[in-house]
Amino acid sequence: MSGGYIAQQIVNGLVLGSMYALVAIGFSMIYGIIRLINFAHGDIVMIGAFVTLGLFQTLGIPFPVVALAVLTAGGIIGIMIERGTFRPIRGAPQVTGFIASLGISIMLQNLGVMFLTAQPRNFSFPDYLQRVIKIGAVTFRTIDAVIMISAFCLMALLMFLVHRTKLGMAMRATAENIDMARLMGININRTILSAFAMGSALAGIAGLMWGGKFGQIDPLLGFVPGLKSFVAAVIGGVGSIPGAILGGYILGLSEVLFVGLLPPVYSAFRDAFVFVTLILILLILPNGIFGKRIEDRP
Amino acid sequence: MIMTRNRLIHCALFIAGIAFTASAGMALNEYVLSIINFAGIFIILAISLNITNGFTGLFSLGHPGFMAIGGYVTAILTFPVSKKAMFLEVPPWLASMEMPFLPALLIGGACAALTAILVGVPVLRLRGHYLAVATMGFLIIVQVLITNWETVTRGPLGLNGLQPLTHLWWVYAWVVITVYVSWKIKFSSYGRSMLAIREDELAAQCLGINLFRTRVAALAIGAFFAGIAGGLWAHLVTAITPASFSLVLAFNIVVMVVVGGTGSITGSFAAAILFSVITEIFRPLEENFDIYGIGEILMALILILILIYRPSGIFGNKEPGVLSPPNKKGGCL
Repeated sequence: MSGGYIAQQIVNGLVLGSMYALVAIGFSMIYGIIRLINFAHGDIVMIGAFVTLGLFQTLGIPFPVVALAVLTAGGIIGIMIERGTFRPIRGAPQVTGFIASLGISIMLQNLGVMFLTAQPRNFSFPDYLQRVIKIGAVTFRTIDAVIMISAFCLMALLMFLVHRTKLGMAMRATAENIDMARLMGININRTILSAFAMGSALAGIAGLMWGGKFGQIDPLLGFVPGLKSFVAAVIGGVGSIPGAILGGYILGLSEVLFVGLLPPVYSAFRDAFVFVTLILILLILPNGIFGKRIEDRP
Repeated sequence: MIMTRNRLIHCALFIAGIAFTASAGMALNEYVLSIINFAGIFIILAISLNITNGFTGLFSLGHPGFMAIGGYVTAILTFPVSKKAMFLEVPPWLASMEMPFLPALLIGGACAALTAILVGVPVLRLRGHYLAVATMGFLIIVQVLITNWETVTRGPLGLNGLQPLTHLWWVYAWVVITVYVSWKIKFSSYGRSMLAIREDELAAQCLGINLFRTRVAALAIGAFFAGIAGGLWAHLVTAITPASFSLVLAFNIVVMVVVGGTGSITGSFAAAILFSVITEIFRPLEENFDIYGIGEILMALILILILIYRPSGIFGNKEPGVLSPPNKKGGCL
């Protein structure tokens, strides 16, 4: 096992981790603000992937425009989900929201199966994104670099939004104490809606990346990234955006290293490994790495 | 024993069930019978999840995991010795054993309950949706383990060619046992302590209820019946694969409990029948018009609408007045 091999695995892990982190941010933002585990979040990844496929391969629109369109599409879906389902049940017990989001997830998956068929579709980017780059012992495709860099930029942009703008301040205040924030004259509905929009936009773009990375998409693809990003969010501490990013990278790296460094017999157990980690973290470190202890809202 | 009105009604329902089972076995064709069998298994699943989820408020998504454990244990125990030698690599004591259905079912259920205790002791410290996610993790871990333990479970292929042991009488008997046990729990001090935990943990603890033990017991009792249901299921479809015990199944059972009314036995019963019938109605539609998934979409839609407009479900957490024992104030729980 040479140093080059390990470096290669680390690069793979970073690419995977970037995608987990982007999805996990949405989980964390939504949880932080309304204490809801939004299970339909993973399916927005699926929608993002199909929107990309439609615009890019069928219509031949250039890449940057597609990326913007996918961000917008993700945001719109997020807004629709919030308005349609979560706003009417706001104030209900937490588990109600969780069940409802499971319902939306199943609905989106089956709408996908109904309109797009369950047949996996090939997803290929044009050659300039597929070119193989070789640095030392590490090889990767242009798309991998694009994934890492654009994920980084989006995260930086989000951090700027959350920490330096009025909307971000409103979001942080709402996360801290929703009633007090309302008393301070913050428009709670708009704040929640924008959290959904931002989180879902990031999930949508993660769908574009997921398709580019794995080359095949189907309507049920959102399940795995959804679950794993949730695990990532829990590792970092749900509710904390830096935590979600860190958790995403930790999960991506450790999953790739688990498969890459252990004998191949174990690689079939990677999902079990992820969930054993989740349960252990929930038990040992229930607030995650960066999470503060947040009181449950009734 | 005083024959109160509701006791008479219970006896009448029990006898009506026997009459129904007997006449159904004679009059109806295979297809309808299989639907009734599945409905019965779903009733067992919904009512047993209702003990965990409805009475005690432990939101568990791990039900199909327990079902898988029960199903596989039962299937391996009843698997004919001759076939065992051919397909499986199990220890000699297991390879030379072929059990009748009932003890195999009971062992399957017991294994599921035992797993529930082992899993529950660490995991039940979690609350609310963290518990939901941890139990979902448990379900996926069970699936991965079954898929990869090929010498005993034959991996993704699953065990097929099981004997078709399950018939209507087995299902009916277990439905009755499940309803009876669940009813006895609900209207006993033990059940009241479960309900108290669901409503307010701190207050329940102040009243001297052992939170932890009651929670573990609620999970284990639910898991026992899930294991039984798994065994019945395996011998009804005569095959068992890890893919059957998916998160979608967990979701469907949860939908039944929520739609029926979390905590209501009658509600779970009715919702289980309703959903088995709805899925069967939509199956020909899906196959003829090639629109797969419409059943699931409808199910999800019903769920979301119920959550928005009637969050306590059809029956709330009560039983209909005619069925439940009157309490001193004259109200019904």
